[in-house]
Amino acid sequence: MRRARRVAGEWLPAIVVFVAGVGLWEGGVRAFDVQNFLLPPPSGIVQTLWEDRSQLWSASFFTFREAVGGFAIGCSAGFLAAVVLARWRLLATAVMPYAIAAGAIPIIAFAPITNNWFGVTGMTSKMAIAAVLCFFPVLVNTMRGLTSVSPAALELMRSYAAGELTVFRRVRLPSSLPFVFSGLKVATVLAMIGAIVGDYFGGAPGALGVEIRRWVGIFAFEQAWAGIVLASLLGIVFYGSVATVERLTMGWHPSVRGARSE
Amino acid sequence: MSESRPAVVSLRGVTKSFGAGGVTALQSIDLEVRPGEFVSLIGPSGCGKSTLLRIVGDLVEPTAGEVVVNGKSARQARLDGDYGIVFQDAVLYDWRTVARNISLPLELLGWDRARRAQRVRELLDLVELRGFENHHPWQLSGGMQQRVAIARALSFSPALLLMDEPFGALDEMTRERMNAELLRIWERSGSTVVFVTHSISEAVFLSTRVVVMSRRPGRIAAIVDIDLPQPRTADTREEPRFFELVTEVRDRLREGGLDEDRTAPDEGELVGEEAP
Repeated sequence: MRRARRVAGEWLPAIVVFVAGVGLWEGGVRAFDVQNFLLPPPSGIVQTLWEDRSQLWSASFFTFREAVGGFAIGCSAGFLAAVVLARWRLLATAVMPYAIAAGAIPIIAFAPITNNWFGVTGMTSKMAIAAVLCFFPVLVNTMRGLTSVSPAALELMRSYAAGELTVFRRVRLPSSLPFVFSGLKVATVLAMIGAIVGDYFGGAPGALGVEIRRWVGIFAFEQAWAGIVLASLLGIVFYGSVATVERLTMGWHPSVRGARSE
Repeated sequence: MSESRPAVVSLRGVTKSFGAGGVTALQSIDLEVRPGEFVSLIGPSGCGKSTLLRIVGDLVEPTAGEVVVNGKSARQARLDGDYGIVFQDAVLYDWRTVARNISLPLELLGWDRARRAQRVRELLDLVELRGFENHHPWQLSGGMQQRVAIARALSFSPALLLMDEPFGALDEMTRERMNAELLRIWERSGSTVVFVTHSISEAVFLSTRVVVMSRRPGRIAAIVDIDLPQPRTADTREEPRFFELVTEVRDRLREGGLDEDRTAPDEGELVGEEAP
């Protein structure tokens, strides 16, 4: 009971801000008679969310699948590349500067090109963009995690005559997890961006990005906003599920123990 | 010197230089450590005492000279698990509990679960950490973490225990308590210890012999036999003989170069160059 009250106390300020923000939005739109195409009121968006729920849901879920698929491909590739580069350091010194530089490239600019490569209406072209977006942060973070093991920890394993695979499994991998997860969390956001923006350049009918563009074209702004809200919610859920997996696998880590309720 | 059993550690003309024609860290070290001995290496920062310990453990290769551990090459001794090592930092794995940190070497040796659990219980008793087996390292004080590291090093009952300033990061009070505990553990486990330290009083209190090293290039300046009776207690530190021996080690350190330097960092930069 006391714990419930404490948790409520921790969340209260954020809830107040949320309610006040939405209230201000609603009130402002009504008071100043803001045009619908500029900003529809929250009540209108919520109403649309409910009325058009099946269409909105299927559109969002389609794009969400594009994002998750791209995330899975990009993160696995980034992780595996990091494992290889962490093992063969000469290769890493040759390749890592480009990997880090690639992080600065606005990869989203390639979206129209991937449409040419993988087909406009399929999921593949959007997954490709999402995957490339996810690849670099996961690569760079995992690489940092795998190589930042303390020399003493490695000496200790050497004193046990532990083989390379053992060192990887028992030391490098677990100690890289905090880095890997921060890469994965960034990647969830990037995957959603990649999938939706990929849709904007043309995609399957019924994909969320395609629909948002169409709704804006036919002045259905409430629908467009409802789509954006739903995309945001799915993005938060995506991020949250990776954060939950992080908390479950790294209950031991000092960064997590603060978040754990006693 | 009348010991007839073969030496646990035998060094002949061990020399170590870093880099091509670089610094000579150690020059012509000859040393024998016999079974059951507690030998401390003491010297100023940069005298290569940590490097020497790592050469014994085959963590660093000597440039020249012969290293025999337990009657075999240092490399073979490492592969056979003939020694346990404790560093200045406890080097515990955060994702493992105390019990699982202690049993890590046993897992690598392929001991089954029941046997590991049994051995961990014995070790927790030995280092007086019963009740902390399910704690994580960050929940322990520095002294407790170091006790876990010692238990881990002893877990597979190695013939030799290598210790690289294990109590260097602890405050004076904790350090003295850990010294007494280490002696108790040493007596009970019957292993041979090679112990690197900056502290003269620690070296005298713990050791059967103190090896005094000179400033770079590191050489053995003197070996002082510590004839304080066993078992040693807090009272040992009050005895006149204790102070005489402390003075003697200090004089040998002065002759060997400079006075001991407790504030300067250890020869981390030398060890660091070699780190993989």
